[in-house]
Amino acid sequence: MHALKRFAALALLAIGATGARAAVLAEDRADMMYHRYQGGGITVQGPSVLVRKKFGESLAATANYYVDNISSASIDVVVSGASRYAERREQKSLALEYLRGKTTYSASYTNSKENDYKADTYSLSVSQDMFGDLTTVSFGYSQGLDKIGSSVDPTFKDEIKRRDYRVGVTQVLTRDLLSSFNYEAVTEQGYLQNPYRFMRFLNASGSYSRGPEVFPRTRTSNAGSVMLKYYLPWRAALQGNYRFYTDTWGIIAHTAGIEYTHPLWNRWIFSGSYRYYTQTGSDFWSDLFPRAGYQNFMARDKENSPLVTQTIGLGASYEFPIEWAGSWLKKGSANLHINHMMVDYSKFRDLRAFPPGTATPGTEPLYALDANFLTFYLSLWF
Amino acid sequence: MRKPLLILGAAALLAATACAPIEPWVKPYEREHLADPIMSIQGDAVSASYLDHVFEVREGARGATGGAGGGCGCS
Repeated sequence: MHALKRFAALALLAIGATGARAAVLAEDRADMMYHRYQGGGITVQGPSVLVRKKFGESLAATANYYVDNISSASIDVVVSGASRYAERREQKSLALEYLRGKTTYSASYTNSKENDYKADTYSLSVSQDMFGDLTTVSFGYSQGLDKIGSSVDPTFKDEIKRRDYRVGVTQVLTRDLLSSFNYEAVTEQGYLQNPYRFMRFLNASGSYSRGPEVFPRTRTSNAGSVMLKYYLPWRAALQGNYRFYTDTWGIIAHTAGIEYTHPLWNRWIFSGSYRYYTQTGSDFWSDLFPRAGYQNFMARDKENSPLVTQTIGLGASYEFPIEWAGSWLKKGSANLHINHMMVDYSKFRDLRAFPPGTATPGTEPLYALDANFLTFYLSLWF
Repeated sequence: MRKPLLILGAAALLAATACAPIEPWVKPYEREHLADPIMSIQGDAVSASYLDHVFEVREGARGATGGAGGGCGCS
């Protein structure tokens, strides 16, 4: 099934960038994760394994293997008349980091495969510590090529070319306060819509008909964010962040989040977070177009509609020493993060119980979905 | 007459400041709190990238999350 993919390689490039402790490559570690998402008729679950190893003090390699096992009867699947489908996506990434003085150079490659979508992404980045290691500046560039097919139309083939430019600054403000600023621009060219989705329009009989969506073949986005993290006097941390987003499709989005982290009983760390997100719809989005061929571009993709997302997260981490004689392992941790997400669509209507002719178009109830997702992982340092 | 002098003075001060090395106002021995694992900005990479991925799939915005991201749309 169609997928919107982006830059998993960036995750690997970010591992070494730990803010106030940069200019030293991160420790050797392995993470074994199970992830599960359930909501809106979709279940996605699978493993992820990440291994990081240093070679000397200046070179490190990171490899990641990630799987999504997807079972979907989402609103888009149900309304299109299709039945629940299952599919699998595999993603493999490899990143190399080289530290020279106060500069870290990184390069990575990511490959993602599923039955109707393949993506390759190459990334380069450089980060530099300066001003007595109070400031870390980083630049990054990625280039990707996605090859898109369709499981219902074997003749359909298209692609997306993508370029991504990033700048980041991490700044120590006081002995208790860290800040981080990030800017990212993404340009895409190609088939930017989902081949399995439809728009709808009013027909002559007063009911509605479905038609293919038509998206522009280019999109450029700009996003800027600021984050502050403060160390509280009783050994806890409070983090706040804000992001502004805008793109050439007319979507404007604001994201704000807050997170509190609190260690307890020596080995436990608990966290709680709240995230609020709001966006306008794209210029060419409508739940119901007045007629067929109403305008050049027509979309009813719910991800491009006006919506509000709220997410509550809870996390717990337990660190355990590994002390048996001769062990090559230093320590380990067990981690559980659970999240509850509520998405409210302000214009996208729920047509599942209202096929054409059963209600006045445009009066169906608005759609909303709740989702729960979690990650559980074991980390080992060696 | 006084204004150009003031501007000249300010420029000289700025030049002198620019030439002098910037003194770190938080000394290395004062960074104990910042080095605490609870002050990590990214969190664990394996889970941070997953979280960004979930939001990117459900929402229209993307990017500037500090590095993590990627994955499938799973529509």
